[in-house]
Amino acid sequence: MNGAVYLDHNATAPVRPEAVEAVARTLSLVGNPSSVHGYGRAARRLVEEARERVAALAGAQPEDVVFTGGGSEANNLALGGCGRQRILVSAVEHDSILNADATLETVPVDGDGVIDLDALDTLLAREGTPALVSVMLANNETGTIQPVAGVVEVARRHDALVHCDAVQAAGKTVFSFSGLGVDMLTLSAHKMGGPQGIGALIVGAGVALKAQIRGGGQERGRRAGTESVPLIAGFGAAALAVGTAGDGKEGRRLARLRDDLEGRLARLTPAPLLLGQGAPRLPNTSCIAMPGVASETQVMALDLAGIAVSAGSACSSGKVRPSHVLRAMGLGETEAGSAIRVSLGWTSTDVDVERFVAAWAEIDERLGDGAQTRVLVPPAKA
Amino acid sequence: MSTWTPESPVYLDYQATTPTDRRVVEAMLPFFTEKFGNPHSNSHAYGWQAEVGVEAARAQVADLIGADAREIVFTSGATESNNLALKGVAEFHRERRNHFVTCLTEHKCVLEAAHHLEGQGIDVTYLPVGRDGLIDLARLSAALGDKTAMVSIMAVNNEIGVIQPLAEIGALCRARGIYFHTDAAQAVGKIPIDVNAMSIDLMSISGHKLYGPMGIGVLYVRRRPRVRLTAQIDGGGQERGMRSGTLAPPLCVGLGEACAIAGREMEAEAERLRMLRDRLLEGLRARIVGVTVNGDLERRIPGNLNISFDHIDGNALLMGVKDLAVSTGSACTSASIEPSYVLRALGIDDGRAFASLRIGLGRFTTEEEVGYAVGRLAEEIERLGEATATAGAA
Repeated sequence: MNGAVYLDHNATAPVRPEAVEAVARTLSLVGNPSSVHGYGRAARRLVEEARERVAALAGAQPEDVVFTGGGSEANNLALGGCGRQRILVSAVEHDSILNADATLETVPVDGDGVIDLDALDTLLAREGTPALVSVMLANNETGTIQPVAGVVEVARRHDALVHCDAVQAAGKTVFSFSGLGVDMLTLSAHKMGGPQGIGALIVGAGVALKAQIRGGGQERGRRAGTESVPLIAGFGAAALAVGTAGDGKEGRRLARLRDDLEGRLARLTPAPLLLGQGAPRLPNTSCIAMPGVASETQVMALDLAGIAVSAGSACSSGKVRPSHVLRAMGLGETEAGSAIRVSLGWTSTDVDVERFVAAWAEIDERLGDGAQTRVLVPPAKA
Repeated sequence: MSTWTPESPVYLDYQATTPTDRRVVEAMLPFFTEKFGNPHSNSHAYGWQAEVGVEAARAQVADLIGADAREIVFTSGATESNNLALKGVAEFHRERRNHFVTCLTEHKCVLEAAHHLEGQGIDVTYLPVGRDGLIDLARLSAALGDKTAMVSIMAVNNEIGVIQPLAEIGALCRARGIYFHTDAAQAVGKIPIDVNAMSIDLMSISGHKLYGPMGIGVLYVRRRPRVRLTAQIDGGGQERGMRSGTLAPPLCVGLGEACAIAGREMEAEAERLRMLRDRLLEGLRARIVGVTVNGDLERRIPGNLNISFDHIDGNALLMGVKDLAVSTGSACTSASIEPSYVLRALGIDDGRAFASLRIGLGRFTTEEEVGYAVGRLAEEIERLGEATATAGAA
């Protein structure tokens, strides 16, 4: 695996050294944070210190942070625990939102994957039932950033609560819970260089959240279960590391790498189809279609070339089906089935970009439009 | 008497959480660094490598309890497992079977989940326990009916360590076509558990109670006869659709390693712990008058002792022995000023419940530590006794 190029940060990010160190150090300690003896109190201090760091990253208050077993659980908790019967979500949400409630209604998106605010307004006006609107900050497959402020404005007109899945945005773009004005917000540690198995739901004071996992009353009664001190400490360390890059410097570095990557592809071939580019988007994600070549074929060929990317979301393991995100953006099954996701992160370098572009060009030449061009117009290039 | 003194407080709270075994940590660390992949990424080697780690761990967990690897559902911990078992089964079967049976001394998370079910219109029977902390099988049998969906009885109690008659409960349930769920957070890795011999259909396991990491657990879900339940966390459809969310390979690997170690060492460890516990109890009885063991002493995991002292306030005692990390009961409720509901269910009066102490011994407990604990407890109780006597005289 050494020497391989990892460009699948939206699936999971390599754990930052600060987080590994925090986890490893904490694993050597003992203590249940609910215990009243010294070991328990020391564990509690680590949990609360991490809570402050996560709160700082999210621009929230420490008491708003509810630790969960990950982003999926946090999303399920938000939808299931907010007490609203009616739930509206964008059509491009993560599966942990789309599948969390059997009766939820989806709001359409435009060709760039941006939620249609007028449609949201109309849907909310149709019924008087108090609703929850859940819209992600940035999409996991295309990186498209949603107009969350606009969503909040519309939602407020109808007394609806707003939840925002910010799993993919944290660490890549600067935002804050209070600035967005949402009522709840989901974070996942492993998408930003923290450990897997831990996430958080940020819950504003206006939401009387009902626990979905019940028991010992941990997390102020909002999520039971012994807090995983090592994971929480690792989450906190990652949040701190990301927070220092919260001035947008890391975002600019990623944007430069991505622009370089996309620019090189554009020079290689007349029509690399870059999806979701018409709207604001994350600086790290490119969704690239190679017409006529199945996504699976591309990712396999790239894997052979030592490059790790994905054909979309990592969750639906084994299931080969066109992305619901790309379909919602109006792409046909064939087009959607020819897209790959390249996602950069804190380990990404110029060399990674060069190696990816070289491998992509080789595949395009062999299987894609490059091949067709060569066949149709044989000696055109000097 | 030994003059050994510890450098830091002696950890005697192994039922609250266990230290992560060094060998477990070593197994985990590569999955935090070079093998960092998402195990559900199916398009590259990082994902496959992580998946290999997860699946090997799944087999290690299954081995320890006599299960098939496909019956192991990873969760974030035993609390989530218990919630999934109760709510998941209730949701799936409520149309035909809307009755659950559990007992009064279950862990808080089982009781809370059961109360939640009652709020949803499910009938729940809470069985009492005897003075020994054990349920009465005849009572259990009488409580079962055509509408009973599941019996949830813990394997080992977290406060008093008593072992419920699992095989007998399992047989009763199986004969009636009723699911048997057991919260085995305190049992797995401490006593032999075989899901087939005991007719267990669902079983909750906790990583951090058996020297594995915090933040991971398992719900065992039987395949034959097949147990059906409704997922409580939906999303990407991981864990055969029963529990969505990206798995944490380092944690899975850690739990797997912890199970493998327990499988190899459980027997010898249990013997050693029984010896230490006997020494602890004998030591205390030799120096203190009025020591009562709460719950059955024989049908109990070897690493637990729950005792009451005559005329002593447990909290005052705890305050006096800060160099011993022990507790008055469950960690979840340790900040509470209520007497233990478990001890109450045994028929122990509040005075004695307040004067109780849970001492948890484990893998890293030494003879010196036990000797030291006996000495310190005896000293402190003498001091408290004198203070009481003085106050009484004044």
